Amino acid sequence: MDWTLFFVITTFALYVGIAIWARAGSTDDFYVAGHDVHPTVNGMATAADWMSAASFLSMAGLIAFLGYGGSVYLMGWTGGYVLLAVLLAPFLREFGKFTVPDFVGDRYYSDVARIIAVICALFVSFTYIAGQMKGVGVAFSGFLGVDFNIGIGIGMVIVFFYAVLGGMKGVTYTQVAQYCVLIFAYTVPAIFMSLIITGNPIPQLGFIGNTAGEDISMLQKLNSVVTNLGFQEYTQTDKSMFDVFAITGALMFGTAGLPHVIIRFFTVPSAKAARLSAGWALVFIAALYTTAPAVGAFARINFIDTVNESTYIADDADYEAEAAAIAAAGGTPVPTWYKTWEKTGLLEYEDKNGDGIMQYRGPNAPDGLENEVNPNQDIFVLANPQIAQLPAWVIGLVVAGGLAAALSTAAGLLMVISSAVSHDICRRTLFKDMDDKTELRVARGAAAGAVVAAGLLGIFSAQLGFVAQVVAFAFGLASASLFPVIFLGIFWKRMNKEGAIVTMLFGLISTFAYIVYFKFGAGTADQYLFGVSPEGIGFVFMWVSGALGIGTALATAPPPQDIQNLVEDIRVPGTRQAHGMADEGMAPTTSS
Amino acid sequence: MSDKKVDAKGYWAATIRLTLSLLAIWFVVSYGAGILFRDFLDQFSIGGATLGFWFAQQGSIYVFVGLIFYYCWAMARLERKFGVEG
Repeated sequence: MDWTLFFVITTFALYVGIAIWARAGSTDDFYVAGHDVHPTVNGMATAADWMSAASFLSMAGLIAFLGYGGSVYLMGWTGGYVLLAVLLAPFLREFGKFTVPDFVGDRYYSDVARIIAVICALFVSFTYIAGQMKGVGVAFSGFLGVDFNIGIGIGMVIVFFYAVLGGMKGVTYTQVAQYCVLIFAYTVPAIFMSLIITGNPIPQLGFIGNTAGEDISMLQKLNSVVTNLGFQEYTQTDKSMFDVFAITGALMFGTAGLPHVIIRFFTVPSAKAARLSAGWALVFIAALYTTAPAVGAFARINFIDTVNESTYIADDADYEAEAAAIAAAGGTPVPTWYKTWEKTGLLEYEDKNGDGIMQYRGPNAPDGLENEVNPNQDIFVLANPQIAQLPAWVIGLVVAGGLAAALSTAAGLLMVISSAVSHDICRRTLFKDMDDKTELRVARGAAAGAVVAAGLLGIFSAQLGFVAQVVAFAFGLASASLFPVIFLGIFWKRMNKEGAIVTMLFGLISTFAYIVYFKFGAGTADQYLFGVSPEGIGFVFMWVSGALGIGTALATAPPPQDIQNLVEDIRVPGTRQAHGMADEGMAPTTSS
Repeated sequence: MSDKKVDAKGYWAATIRLTLSLLAIWFVVSYGAGILFRDFLDQFSIGGATLGFWFAQQGSIYVFVGLIFYYCWAMARLERKFGVEG
């Protein structure tokens, strides 16, 4: 508790300090940090921007439950960076504007296209940010005994500081600090656990190594442990191959199409720097993503070891006395970490057979017993240090890391939301003669409004099981609408405004409808289109919306010559002629 | 902007060729090794993990990192070759 408070206060003070140091003086500073962030620094900021509360808290737990099925997240959320590096980032940087709707609106010479892109960006970002705020609330309420809503309030104040004061410039340098905090907090417990379970301090090697002191590999042992309890083998999945394929695809293409990731590449000085920056981003991301499967496997082993077949102690009983009595009778008492976390509702035990012993079982348990313990996936990373009986300061570190992951992603999303309002809607669509000073004021106001909206969303979404839905929504929508429209805008000169509008609208509406129908409506798994679950449907609809867009473009007039020239210019770095970098050089007469 | 002779067409064609070959590798290590041919690769193993499973949870990520840095290097070379500023 004391260590937790120490780490949280220290890191928060650091973030506020950076915010005051990195104040934004112009819209250039505010939206794109003046276009002069070093590629490695931007890579680190991108990694923090990208790795959210879901990556930090939920992913290892998801993998622990899903085993091989969890691979979709690992491949999907890293492979997207290859697409980003070779298909989008350098060209969008060469285009040189502030936001994703900027590109869509200018490239497709249409305010209608710009507004639809704004809607996509806002929709994706708001769903995503609710999950971050919820993560902040969980961390505060679980560790510091602070009320969930007040926890979200504290998070809002901190983000408010650096996002509203510093804009992208403040966000960039706080994200660098947050990356350092979160990666340290993630790897330290992983190294401890790897040492304990496999005897190898490097989790990536422990993952493929033998169980400590035994002649059997860690994964084989895990496979036999879980199958003995009636679960599926850890290295298998019950999803169909096509579904796994589609989910991986939706996550990859969705990653490449997420506005808060794309705008990070506007902050570097050149297309070349954008490429390099994508490489560095993936290095920093891979540091966590290659550790996560090891953490997941270790967590599953630890959880089964400490909880299964232990004797439950009720809340009102004297834990110490009961535990001593159980141990004296030859049993194992329920561990203290379990009792601590039970209060958060992330763990549930129901004594179905009335024997007072906690049976953790899968659906096909050989001994025919029913499962009595239901852990939430988020518990694993949070409780791992306690499960593995690591020192108290490690636990404090993990809390600070989780908060860093949530806050850094929230800040990146806030930049998308505020720039969509102040730049894309106000400056580029409604009040085209607005000056830079006014726009900066509007941008700060929009960022402040977005912070409040995000906090409220976090509070109201608390009742929903939000992480899974967020994944389906944000990535599905990004992959089915934003990715194809940006990709075609760069690689196919003939793509025109009509095609772009059809692509975005079809992608947005079809994916939205499919996810709502199956996640919140009456849909059941046997009605899935081609057996694809809502998480993967964005991948399928991406091809459909792209094809519809191409068809529409071919049936209508080609884009004007100066737009075709623009496309040729952004393909080749340093050749841009018609449309300059600064606002004065905005593409001439872009409205439809 | 630049007075130098820039072979934009040649540069773009070479960029497309490079991009396609990198995406082919990208596809093979993730969708290929990790999903489609996973069962075949699982007859081999790397340490205590079967190869297909390892590619799905570790190997593909390492290859992705390598791909992007190779792309940076190869693009810098193309830019020199075709006189593009970069």
